Amino acid sequence: MQVTLKIFRYNPEDNLKKHYDTFTLEADPTDRILDLLERIKGTEDGTLGFRRACAHGVCGSDAIRINGVNRLACKVLVQDLKSRNVTIEPILGLPIEKDLIVDMEPFFDHYRSVMPYFVNDDPPPKKERLQSPEERERFDDTTKCILCAACSTSCPSFWVNEEYVGPAAIVNAHRFIFDSRDQAAAERLEILNEQFGVYRCHTIFNCTDACPRDIQVTQAIGEVKKAIVDGRLD
Amino acid sequence: MQKHQYEVVVVGAGGAGLTAALYASKTASTAVISKLYPTRSHTGAAQGGIGAALGNTEEDHPEWHAFDTVKGSDYLGDQEAIDFMAAEAVDAVYELEHMGLPFSRNPDGTIAQRPFGGHTNNETGKPVRRACYAADRTGHMILQTLFQQSIKNKVTFFDEFYVLDILIVDGKTAGVVALELATGEMHIFHSKTVIIATGGHGRVWEITSNAYSYTGDGIALTLRKGIPAEDMEFFQFHPTGIYRMGILITEGVRGEGGVLTNGEGDRFMEQYAPTVKDLASRDVISRAMYLEMKDGRGIDGKRYLNLDVTPDVVNHYAEIDGRKNPDGSPYRVTASDILNKLPDIIDFCETYIGVNPISDPMPVQPTAHYAMGGIPTNKFGEVVVDEKNTVLPGLYAAGEVACVSVHGANRLGTNALLDLIVFGKYSGLKAAEYSANEPYIDLPKDPTAYALQQLDGIRKSNGQERMIDIAAEMKEVMFDHVGVFRVEEGMQEAVDKIRELKGRFKEIRVDDKGLKYNMNLIEAWELSNLIDIAEVTAVSALARKESRGAHSRDDYTERDDKNWLKHTLAWMEKDGVRLAYKPVQITKYQPKARKY
Repeated sequence: MQVTLKIFRYNPEDNLKKHYDTFTLEADPTDRILDLLERIKGTEDGTLGFRRACAHGVCGSDAIRINGVNRLACKVLVQDLKSRNVTIEPILGLPIEKDLIVDMEPFFDHYRSVMPYFVNDDPPPKKERLQSPEERERFDDTTKCILCAACSTSCPSFWVNEEYVGPAAIVNAHRFIFDSRDQAAAERLEILNEQFGVYRCHTIFNCTDACPRDIQVTQAIGEVKKAIVDGRLD
Repeated sequence: MQKHQYEVVVVGAGGAGLTAALYASKTASTAVISKLYPTRSHTGAAQGGIGAALGNTEEDHPEWHAFDTVKGSDYLGDQEAIDFMAAEAVDAVYELEHMGLPFSRNPDGTIAQRPFGGHTNNETGKPVRRACYAADRTGHMILQTLFQQSIKNKVTFFDEFYVLDILIVDGKTAGVVALELATGEMHIFHSKTVIIATGGHGRVWEITSNAYSYTGDGIALTLRKGIPAEDMEFFQFHPTGIYRMGILITEGVRGEGGVLTNGEGDRFMEQYAPTVKDLASRDVISRAMYLEMKDGRGIDGKRYLNLDVTPDVVNHYAEIDGRKNPDGSPYRVTASDILNKLPDIIDFCETYIGVNPISDPMPVQPTAHYAMGGIPTNKFGEVVVDEKNTVLPGLYAAGEVACVSVHGANRLGTNALLDLIVFGKYSGLKAAEYSANEPYIDLPKDPTAYALQQLDGIRKSNGQERMIDIAAEMKEVMFDHVGVFRVEEGMQEAVDKIRELKGRFKEIRVDDKGLKYNMNLIEAWELSNLIDIAEVTAVSALARKESRGAHSRDDYTERDDKNWLKHTLAWMEKDGVRLAYKPVQITKYQPKARKY
């Protein structure tokens, strides 16, 4: 079948303004959008800029907007789309570097701000720290995050205010706050209780819809809010 | 142009690079340079587990792990290094747990373990639960945990920097030259040591589980500096990649009781490996699959087979095998057990092929997966450059890019993640120790000359050849002729073809002439790396006249210990590839026939 891709273009090194280029190509229903981008780059325009690595949804490199919603280019097949006309744009809310490539540094700054690492200052035992399957299950969902930024850059609160830490940072804080082995939940909750923390979330659910790992992002944010209000972890 | 100075420079930010950086940065100034953001590294795609004889649910010993690894390597692994890795494994896993890694758990709170191919109870020969796992995203959790700890420990990163050259002055390491992708600017990193941790090169082949980024950058850099590559003919084809796409379906599926079936509905591994069946080592299974398909027993006569983990089938064969739970009760699974243990596999299959593995079998074929060969090192990660294992001062390699050799002719599942952690750690410690005792070597007069000369050659290239065509022809010939089964004529054809492509590469067209995020230029450079590696691989394979591990020949079907119990070393020289050999280190285990 024939598919038409309308792709956002911007290169600060040429004199052209931001614009769209259109490419029409033969595609199989089972082709990934990433396969099509690769084909355009290989056969029509080698200057097309986008990131990719694993090509099967686990590395988080290729979050883009496909027909207005955030998706990984490697996890959407042609047959998943309602239309054969596909608009491809960079994710919103981060500075555009070139074509579909955005500056990820503001995103990682937010991530780093919530202490996204394990803290336990007790001397470790000789073997593993014990954790029951139920305790492990408590934070299982948020361990799946691949830091693709699809959630944060789908969030209207994030678009409006770049200082908001965003759903991805909260998801990663959640992963440690609810880990029975960790000792820094109180500090993380304090960080997220600040002006640009969890209360910027207005439960719009875009993040949950955007997550390519099916993480219940809004629910995780809700659990963090509750922990702040209740002053305890359930 | 910018200049930086660090005692230790780590190239690559996957499992090995991050582990090396965490250890080196404790005592030495350290920078990590990576072409990807660290969390994009291919370690994150590993699924099934990391091997360590914790013995959490049944008897196990590091010695058994070592022997299984030697046997799995088809006796080409160096035994002192293997003993070292298996012994270090237990503490390596505890250390990851202490860093917060969310392993799946047993009811008693200990780390959960599952069976994996080739890992056995050495007394009964039956599969043993040795693979420590976090659902089916163990590599993801390792990568995330190491990255998190790097943030906690304030490791310095240069993300999206592409290393173009390793500076070696008078036989000692002096640093690297790198291109900043965001700006196109050149950077010189003056260092005392360099740790290469750039991962593998599965993109040489058509069907592969490997990321686009797996282009053999580290080996290509060292080959161009006159350092040999070791055992490049040994490249693992994982038995279960999604048909036509190559996406990995973890061996953990078979660990949980899944079986391979052919077009006649038979569980064919019973014929090839009567004791452990679907949990034989990967080379054995990929070869069996090839033979089944060759004899017309593919599904509907096509080039794929079924991997079946539907609960009824699992329970049927578990009963036949007499498989037991750790408490002695019969092993049985439900749909929700499968969903909990293999969530990502189910997601991949539903997303890419519309198959739900809980109700239907998965179509699979062998997929290019892992480089046993690589930059030769000793067990401390020090790069060794000749038949006598002479160390090149200040240069280290760890992870898939390195060949210690602990995997020999065939790697066991779960030993790759282990390799990253153990040899990442020791290369980091050794580099820091070296840095404490040695001065900086003066940089060469024009440090970027060599890198720029090569880069400009590509950047200014304005011929008519398309990269996409050259890549496709390379991948096809390598998959067809330097793949699961090999013969003289086919491999010769591959060598000739690669040489032709090498010539045509000089006439490629690079559309992008810009500086900022010129991915077109980087991809051309990566393709040149892949072509060099394909040539070295095909020449090394053509020369080895025996079948051993992943190197399986139709014209020399037996292992030949008398003539070929030795490592290949391949140098890339002006007029082609030069080969030499070095002995395998054998301590406790004398080679014997391999039966599973």
